[in-house]
Amino acid sequence: MSRRFLIALLILAPMSLSAQVSSDRIVNAAAEPQNWLTYNGAYNGQRHSALKQITAANAKNLELKWVFQAQNLGTFQATPLVVDGIIYTTQAPNDVVALDARTGRVFWIYRYPLPAEIRICCGQVNRGLAILGDTLYMGTIDANLLALDAKNGKPIWKTKVADNALGYALTVAPLVVKDKIIVGVAGGEYGIRGFMAAFDAKTGKEVWRFKIIPEPGEKGNDTWAGNSWEHGGGSVWVTGAYDPTLNLTYWGTGNPGPDWNPDLRKGDNLYSDSVIALDADTGQLKWHFQFTPNDAYDYDSVQVPVLVDGNWEGKPRKLMYWANRNGFFYVLDRADGKFLFGKPFVKLNWASGLDANGRPIQTPQPPGAETFPGLAGGTNWFSPSYNPRTGLFYVSAWENYRNVFEKTQQEYQAGRQYTAGRGGNPIPTAPNIPTLRRGPINTWTEAQGTGVVIAIDPKTGNHEWRYPMTDVTDSGILTTDSDLVITGGREGHFHVLDARAGQLLWKTSLGGPISSGPMTYAVDGKQYIAVNAGNSMFVFGLREN
Amino acid sequence: MPRLHRILFLTLLAAIGPVSHAHAQDHSGNYPPIAIENGALLYGANCAQCHGIGGDTVPGVALKTGTFKRAPTDQDLARLLTTGIPGTAMPATRLSPGEADSLVAYLRTMRDFNSPAVMAGNSTRGRGLFEGKGTCTTCHRVNASGSHVAPDLSDVGANRGADFLWRKIQDPSATMIPLNRPVHIVLKSGRAIDGRRLNEDTYSIQLIDNQERLISVMKSDVKEFSILKTSPMPSFKDRLAGQELADLVSFLVSLKGEN
Ligand code: HEC
Ligand code: HEC
Repeated sequence: MSRRFLIALLILAPMSLSAQVSSDRIVNAAAEPQNWLTYNGAYNGQRHSALKQITAANAKNLELKWVFQAQNLGTFQATPLVVDGIIYTTQAPNDVVALDARTGRVFWIYRYPLPAEIRICCGQVNRGLAILGDTLYMGTIDANLLALDAKNGKPIWKTKVADNALGYALTVAPLVVKDKIIVGVAGGEYGIRGFMAAFDAKTGKEVWRFKIIPEPGEKGNDTWAGNSWEHGGGSVWVTGAYDPTLNLTYWGTGNPGPDWNPDLRKGDNLYSDSVIALDADTGQLKWHFQFTPNDAYDYDSVQVPVLVDGNWEGKPRKLMYWANRNGFFYVLDRADGKFLFGKPFVKLNWASGLDANGRPIQTPQPPGAETFPGLAGGTNWFSPSYNPRTGLFYVSAWENYRNVFEKTQQEYQAGRQYTAGRGGNPIPTAPNIPTLRRGPINTWTEAQGTGVVIAIDPKTGNHEWRYPMTDVTDSGILTTDSDLVITGGREGHFHVLDARAGQLLWKTSLGGPISSGPMTYAVDGKQYIAVNAGNSMFVFGLREN
Repeated sequence: MPRLHRILFLTLLAAIGPVSHAHAQDHSGNYPPIAIENGALLYGANCAQCHGIGGDTVPGVALKTGTFKRAPTDQDLARLLTTGIPGTAMPATRLSPGEADSLVAYLRTMRDFNSPAVMAGNSTRGRGLFEGKGTCTTCHRVNASGSHVAPDLSDVGANRGADFLWRKIQDPSATMIPLNRPVHIVLKSGRAIDGRRLNEDTYSIQLIDNQERLISVMKSDVKEFSILKTSPMPSFKDRLAGQELADLVSFLVSLKGEN
């Protein structure tokens, strides 16, 4: 090696090293708002960006910069990552794409070969990637975890996480913590036994595993009558949060199995429908809080935990805000899981309230009567946002929405759906399970419920403002330091709202339902907003002239 | 074809009575009546030729027992119906998940239905009434003839059960589904629009008005917007005789769309 070459290498090396996404960079993601380094943009799950070039005053000058059309008809649920001008995202079912963030042109595309037969309840979807160093990580719906070279999309390792023949799948975007890749498993409609697991980023070897449904001898197993724990569900399909100072990672868990007949699994059914706080190095449970014990409605708690350092009743406290699918908004202390506050944010009648510990006082409705909220919940997996400048929590919700739940007897059969009931629609001939792939005609009708963006004051649970929509919404929310609330809905409208008063600043119609979270990034000092609608990703920026 | 519809209608009317009352609790009560009705229709169209209306013409198979060795759960049964039983004469049938559920609902509750002849409708006579004395075509359209003002009924037999249709003709408002609710709009300009919504979102409404015009309305131009719960359709309870109502329902049930 010549001397000159060596010097050149030494000069270049730091540059290429700094281009790598180190775990420190992820911890300090807020310091580089031009990038979006994790599913939620930062470990705190706030989905709030410090970018403020796009403002209330100039939002009217937003224009389409480019569109990426996924050559696939699955719903587009991923939130893209942006690293120094490159977008990494996934399109259904398990394709990974690297795009030029300024133009939408493709650097490379990787198509993961899926087996012909896949067991997945609710569409072959993927919610995105994680990155560490120069390696991308993706969970696959056949329950593998994959490491890919970010430069060319070639696989580096693949680890089998669970058995898809039994209904286990990975749809969640993994979370990188230090040198580990953390995922949970989907499959709550197949009688799986949910777990979280961490894998060594370099080798793909499993480092720890936390069983969400404890087995005999483990704490919490006594919350399951008989052998019901064996198919207890407790899936995880939305990315959790991480607090580096406490070294705890927080994840919301899914419904107990089978979904709709709680008599088949008497007891509280830990740790289903809960938030669990795990030691990020060992996977050990530090605390848990269960939102819906012995759930009869499929109220998965797979929402993004939103971590906020703030004052609670005058004292500084490490808080966690949570608008749950069960219709209650919660405030918890995230150091110890203590319940601080809870209040319904939509109409609900499955519980009359929460007791002093946050446990719901359940009021099951008689057979044939309507239960609010319905099975898709008051909100669901679509990410909320918190803006530290306004102190408000923003969530996409379904209002006046209900089902008539029925329980049936069902025996578990490996690899078959295990739900033991249904949520029937009380509105004659109206569509029942609200599939994301509804056609362009709104057949939902206001009689079934409507969509709304709610700005919640976390101190009181009061609605600071509301932006109602005719159809329901599955869109996540983004907020910015310029006090914008950016979101969409099933109608395909993409909205920029004012964060303080909720009025509409700008909108456009994207012609397909928005069923993922919008995000923002910058390249060469220009701010962009990216959002998926229908089968395409749309990127907006300010008009230049 | 009229014959098949006749048989069907017969079975159905026979079915309807007990479903909602009498010994319904333990069986039918578990399934929505509308699913059972649709299932009965599907059964008549796809299964009766082998299994018979009573479910007992395939040797060794008694569908009315409602329990099947091969299909302990409803999901198994739905699967069995779509895949058939390989190696036997039981064929695979193409069914949407909703259709499979309806068939399951009917099979599980078949034993609740006796088959006393109630009243046979004649769909040919029903067509005559639809176009003539019933004046239905002054509002409705079937297979490219009639008015656009009310919903097109060309495939109403594929989407609605006989019981629903029977009640619809006699009590239109009580059976009006939310999607069909007529709207009354007054624009800020003062113009009034009455019609039927074809689509709606947060900002606009697409509708067809009572003069059969396709109209776009921006909600920002709207002064008054009401969704009516009373149907513009008159009740035919006293206008048509019982036999005529049965004939009409028989005709409506036969409308499955053009292809
Ligand atoms: C071409 C004739 C044919 C048609 C059409 C047909 N079946 Fe069958 N079906 C059979 C035969 C023959 C069997 C018995 C198979 C065997 O076990 O040998 C059977 C078996 C069954 C069984 C299983 C009974 C048990 O005890 O396991 C069910 C349930 C059933 N049929 C329902 C239906 C339904 C519902 C339809 C309509 C969607 C239908 N069949 C259409 C011929 C038919
Ligand atoms: C004055 C106009 C008018 C006449 C005459 C009329 N209808 Fe209707 N009909 C409507 C309207 C409007 C609706 C939609 C609102 C509703 O469901 O009640 C409707 C709804 C229906 C529906 C329900 C469609 C669905 O999708 O649920 C059926 C079935 C129907 N009509 C049958 C008939 C028949 C049969 C006749 C003749 C005997 C008839 N109608 C005469 C106006 C009319």
